[in-house]
Amino acid sequence: MLTKILQTLSPATAISPVQPERYSPSIMRMRKIWDIHGGIHPPENKTQSLGERIRQAGIPAQLILPLSQHIGAAAVPIVKVGDQILKGQCIARAEGLVSVPVHAPSSGCVVAIENRPIPHPSGLDDLCIVIDTDGHDRWRERNPVENFASCDKQTLLGIIRDAGIAGMGGAGFPTGFKLNVRDAREIDTLVLNGTECEPYITSDHALMRERAEEIAEGIAILAQLLQPREILLGVEDNKLDVVAGLQSALQAHDFNALSQRDCIVEVVTFPTKYPSGGEKQLIEILTGKQVPSGRLPADLGIVCQNLGTAVAIADAVLRDIPLISRITTITGEAVDRPCNLEVLLGTPVEYLLQQCGFRAGENNRLVMGGPMMGFALLDTRVPVIKTSNCILAPTEAELPKPPAAQPCIRCGFCAEACPASLLPQQLYWFAQGKELEKLEQHNIADCIECGACSYVCPSNIPLVQYYRAAKAEIRERDRDMQQAEYAKQRFDARQERLQRLEQEKQAARKARQAKAAARSKQSGDADPKAAAVAAALARVEAKKVEAKKAQAANSAEDDPVQRALLKRKAQQQAEAADPQAALQQKVDSAKARLEKAETRLADAQAENSEHLAAFEAAVQKGREKLAAAEQALAQPKEKSTDQPASN
Amino acid sequence: MALTRITSPHAHAKQSTSQVMLWVALATLPGVAAMTLAFGWGTITNIVLAIAFGTALEALAMALRKRPPGFYLKDYSALVTALLLGIALPPYSAWWIILLGMFFAIIIAKQLYGGMGYNPFNPAMVGYVVLLISFPVEMTRWAAPLPLLGEVQAPGLLQSFGIAIGGSTFPIVDGFTMATPLDLVRQNSALMISDLKEEYAQFGSWGGTGWEWANGGFLIGGLLLLYKRIYTWHAPLGMLFSLALLSAIFYDGGSSASAGSPLLHLFSGATMLGAWFIVTDPVSSAVSNRGRLLFGLGAGALVFIIRKWGNYPDAVAFAVLLMNFIAPLLDHYTQPRTYGHT
Repeated sequence: MLTKILQTLSPATAISPVQPERYSPSIMRMRKIWDIHGGIHPPENKTQSLGERIRQAGIPAQLILPLSQHIGAAAVPIVKVGDQILKGQCIARAEGLVSVPVHAPSSGCVVAIENRPIPHPSGLDDLCIVIDTDGHDRWRERNPVENFASCDKQTLLGIIRDAGIAGMGGAGFPTGFKLNVRDAREIDTLVLNGTECEPYITSDHALMRERAEEIAEGIAILAQLLQPREILLGVEDNKLDVVAGLQSALQAHDFNALSQRDCIVEVVTFPTKYPSGGEKQLIEILTGKQVPSGRLPADLGIVCQNLGTAVAIADAVLRDIPLISRITTITGEAVDRPCNLEVLLGTPVEYLLQQCGFRAGENNRLVMGGPMMGFALLDTRVPVIKTSNCILAPTEAELPKPPAAQPCIRCGFCAEACPASLLPQQLYWFAQGKELEKLEQHNIADCIECGACSYVCPSNIPLVQYYRAAKAEIRERDRDMQQAEYAKQRFDARQERLQRLEQEKQAARKARQAKAAARSKQSGDADPKAAAVAAALARVEAKKVEAKKAQAANSAEDDPVQRALLKRKAQQQAEAADPQAALQQKVDSAKARLEKAETRLADAQAENSEHLAAFEAAVQKGREKLAAAEQALAQPKEKSTDQPASN
Repeated sequence: MALTRITSPHAHAKQSTSQVMLWVALATLPGVAAMTLAFGWGTITNIVLAIAFGTALEALAMALRKRPPGFYLKDYSALVTALLLGIALPPYSAWWIILLGMFFAIIIAKQLYGGMGYNPFNPAMVGYVVLLISFPVEMTRWAAPLPLLGEVQAPGLLQSFGIAIGGSTFPIVDGFTMATPLDLVRQNSALMISDLKEEYAQFGSWGGTGWEWANGGFLIGGLLLLYKRIYTWHAPLGMLFSLALLSAIFYDGGSSASAGSPLLHLFSGATMLGAWFIVTDPVSSAVSNRGRLLFGLGAGALVFIIRKWGNYPDAVAFAVLLMNFIAPLLDHYTQPRTYGHT
């Protein structure tokens, strides 16, 4: 309580308590920061896992690499089962722009490409490349960039994309795509997110504490890439021990030269509060600006990157190490030695838990991520992926199972806690009633699902779950509406087309009649009166016939069955009139069809089409039909010589 | 190890709705103690009977709705409703008055609308208003403050229960009931406020003998809840502000037409009980902070309007119910600006 009061009383400035005089003015400045609405102060539980330095988790016997470890299209495998692969080798390529490739975290052999349990809230399986490691950890050939400052933007972006880097703070958005802003200097502010506001998680804290130099390298590359006017490194004030190290590491780079304009670089600390580390929240804290709803930070000239991502960029550019490992916090009361491990991607969670003295008997659930936004794992064999910042193994006493929900009394605690200034109690009310329009009117789309509302709810209502379901319902409704709209457009277009055809027909008919009238006039009858009467009679007659025809054509055009029937009727009539000619025609048309089928088959063979078999069958059938038609033509000929037709 | 599918968040603050309700109940204690000191054991008998009836009715309703009564009784919402109605009723009310009031509060106003959280109107105030309209005589006969009783002996605790359970209304000697200060101000048309004060002992220092203690008690309880962040300041301070403002405007220098001083209005009748325990009911009020501020302002204004120009000496119950009607409208116009919207 006292610290909380002190926090609120202390001026909102970025003063580091650690020897501030060591740093130059450009790096150490007083800076105004802003507060966000709402937020909560859950127990931090961060010290447990910060006792040791980062350890290597080692190479497990098997690595399981999901093809979808990021937001966007899944990667496409480019190795086969049985392939020997080297560490760092690309094993799946990116599919499209919003996608990233996957690399082998260690050397070994591909033993399977199949569905395996993956870390995902759905608990479903997904396609993974499974590698049996050989323990040698042999690298592929590496070509690091000697001097990144001389690289142009596209080269750097290419390296970042090829290294498979996706945002490592949790969302996993492809970094190369996020950094690919249109013009140089479009970005004013580069924000580095070292907030790590979720309880328990310390992977970024450990990174800042032990690898400040790599972070600074990554930031320097980002500065070269984006040429920002200011670089703000946001750190919550529960991690003040890392500030000095970061500042001195940043000293090693000349940011003015890298961004080719005056560039301010600051480590900004601000009061600890959940969820300050949300991208939108951090931007508001550091700049006072709110990202307009439905827009991107880049629209404000801001790009936000996680610190772990910066390290991954430095590794990719300077050391040619693609994203094949990450720092993951293993913590919770059900492990004996909570710590931060440097983990090869694809390492099964159970392998990590074993190293930390996991007591399965006391564990009541296994969470990937933090206690606020993490999701429960249903299988300990799931692998660590690019976004896995924490494995939390709590005991029942630590994170008890939620009690039965009580009714909402609209106490408003949730509205006080909501960082997006929503009214969670109203959203809950509308979500229960499935009032989708009301939900949209109350901006459910702006909910970041941080869980602050559920955390404070005295009735233990799983509010976030209601919002997720409601958002899904809105998406589904929108899709349905879109489809209905398309169907309507198609229908309207068809109606229009039919109407147009009808009008054209009418116009043509009128033109014909006018012509006929003109002709009859030209023929110049002696008695103009009689001629006029005759012409009128003829017109009426013609009209009647036309009308009948039009009707028939119309109904035929509307209805394919009708059309086919009419055709058949005409054919029968022709046959009846002249059987020989009709049969001849049949043979001709069968011949034409066969020819067509043969050319198609040839095309298909040339294209190596998958419908080859179908085309072959069609040609075969065409041949049979032609034979039958020819036979029919020949038979009546013989018959007609023997005895005359009996009609 | 149990690999269970529990959705985030996994952590949870250690506060429950039951605790919130218990804090509200606890916070009424200073006011209840002050009322007991001021008007004798009658408030206690009211509360005890109301809680007994309220619990029984809630359990009955839950049984009829085929839900576990234990789970729903543990939210203590019936307890709070009973407490508030018991406090609001005139001390020494007969058991059937209390039962009827609780029936309307729990069954009609709450359970028929779907139970806790779904009632558009404040249950205790619905019960109170039904009684006030149906039994005006019983409901406006208020016990005299103990310090003004003089010769008359106030009933002891057991005797008080006897009165309530006996069902008779005030078998007690003349002079045991007295007009309240708000009654006197309303009925007065000839005397200046200062003369009124000299004439009638009921007026006390600023809000009326006994009344100022009770209101002070509820103020203390309310500040406790504010400190505990059970609710925000918007609704209670809104109500007190508009009531004080209007009574200051119409104070008229204490003339014979005066409606009484702002202090009298703030510390008399059910003002503090209403401000800190009734308009703060989250279920039936507006949802946003701005909405709650308007809700409080409106309630305070209505209290003054009814006290000065209406037919009833006090008006908190009517004011709150009227504001309950427009709470959805307030919600519609006071939606806060969401992050990233203009």
